[in-house]
Amino acid sequence: MSGRGGELELRGVAQTFTDRGGQVVEALEGVDLLARPGEFVALIGPSGCGKSTLLRIVAGLEQPAAGEVLLDGAVAGDRLGRCAFMPQRDGLLPWRRVIDNVTIGLELEGVPREQARERALPLLERFGLGEFTGSWPWQLSGGMRHRAAFLRTAITGRPVMLLDEPFGALDGITRAELQQWLLDVWREIGATVLLVTHDVSEAVFLADRVLVMSPRPGRIVAEERVALARPRELRVEETPEFGAAEARLREALRRAVAA
Amino acid sequence: MSNPAEGSSGRTLARYLAPALVLAGLVIAWALVVALFAVEPEVLPGPGLVVESTWADRSALAPAAWTTLQEAVLGIAVAIVLAVLLAVAIDWSRTARRSLYPLLVASQTIPIIALAPLVVIWFGFGQTPKIVLVALFTFFAIAVGTLQGLASSDPDSMDLLRTMGAGRRQLLWRVRLPSALPQFFTGLKVAVAYSLVAAIVAEFVGAEQGLGVYMTGARNALRTDLVFGAVVVTALLTLVLFGIVALAERLAMPWRRPSQTEADW
Ligand SMILES: Nc1ncnc2c1ncn2[C@@H]1O[C@H](COP(=O)(O)OP(=O)(O)OP(=O)(O)O)[C@@H](O)[C@H]1O
Ligand SMILES: [Mg+2]
Repeated sequence: MSGRGGELELRGVAQTFTDRGGQVVEALEGVDLLARPGEFVALIGPSGCGKSTLLRIVAGLEQPAAGEVLLDGAVAGDRLGRCAFMPQRDGLLPWRRVIDNVTIGLELEGVPREQARERALPLLERFGLGEFTGSWPWQLSGGMRHRAAFLRTAITGRPVMLLDEPFGALDGITRAELQQWLLDVWREIGATVLLVTHDVSEAVFLADRVLVMSPRPGRIVAEERVALARPRELRVEETPEFGAAEARLREALRRAVAA
Repeated sequence: MSNPAEGSSGRTLARYLAPALVLAGLVIAWALVVALFAVEPEVLPGPGLVVESTWADRSALAPAAWTTLQEAVLGIAVAIVLAVLLAVAIDWSRTARRSLYPLLVASQTIPIIALAPLVVIWFGFGQTPKIVLVALFTFFAIAVGTLQGLASSDPDSMDLLRTMGAGRRQLLWRVRLPSALPQFFTGLKVAVAYSLVAAIVAEFVGAEQGLGVYMTGARNALRTDLVFGAVVVTALLTLVLFGIVALAERLAMPWRRPSQTEADW
């Protein structure tokens, strides 16, 4: 899926909120970022530094107080509907069966129901949800819910994917399994990914490039290019290269928090 | 409980058996009190007499019950339409919320029963004033339930659909209205419980037909047994309406997990 764009650029993006007491909270301050088409970029930073805010701005759910967002080189003012977004919690609709949750993006685009299902079924089969297509969301385990939520985001075929701590609420084993799974899916769809995580080793395992954010107001203060070969398997975490990248990032995080 | 099917049918049995036993106990106590103290039937007729006389008078009672049931059901239907429309309007527009929501809450301070004479003056002695009163009486529970249900929509789901390009109308149909269903039905159950009572009270004020008229007539004739009979019929009809709503609730929300419909813990 080349030649369909997927370049994402942020220029001087800043955001401020006024909280209930009338206090002005600076959430983001001058964030610059460039993700090339098909690149997997991870964003790590302390809690509350504005990571979710950044993704919401890119998705178009919020407009920044300053700066601009560019998609494929053009300033994108009204961005809703341009990027695929996966919120911090899965947000599956309880009254839709798994397959109908996955196809909702297509449905909103006006794809007829039958056609949408035809497109979704092979995807669900191939990525481990085949036997759950007719289930209600409550019947799924946490890991399966995340797969469904991810496929729902991926199926729309948007060239930029924004994932907000997609594995945050999962136990270690399920998490490792899903990280591998995510890489498998990503290799096939080839989208540009901007993924937020708390977890340094997750960032190194998944990403081509890891960006470190400072505490509030969030800025990007360090960057680590991950040179590990792809396709990656979980075993890569035992290599010295992995350990070194992880150690450098932890150090960068420490410095960012201390500064 | 090794067999889950057996366990659940056993539980269903227990669910109906327990209240039935309590009810039977109360009826027996009632019969005993009447027999032991030789209470006059004009004051408190025994359960046997109530059943006997009510059955004997069924040709008069049945049309009365039918009239009242019609009023209750039509009143609820009107209330559902108006309450849902109002709830959606309040949920949809800030202006509507600012101007209508305080009024909705304040309307609860009006003793609706006290409006019954007025409604009869405006709409006459037919079924219309009863329908109006039932609607007024049940409107609030449905409106508030629906409104809370709409507001309980998951903000993450809303955001997600917005990033997929959904407009407000699509959000309403695909997220907010389905989210409102459980609380809408909770409100509707409260409404149903009030509906027949509201219709009967309206009939007390002035009517040609109905359970309220029947009860007034029976009381004037000192037929306390028939008054009791009408009360029992009212209770049974309310139960039937309640059951219909509960069934509709199940059919409308097949996606609910069993523990949500049967709060067992
Ligand atoms: N709508 C809002 N109104 C007021 N303050 C807000 C709003 N949204 C976010 N904030 C504040 O902005 C800051 C950044 O929030 P954000 O959710 O982006 O952090 P985060 O990095 O995603 O945190 P976490 O890692 O815990 O998810 C926080 O201090 C938060 O309280
Ligand atoms: Mg966050």
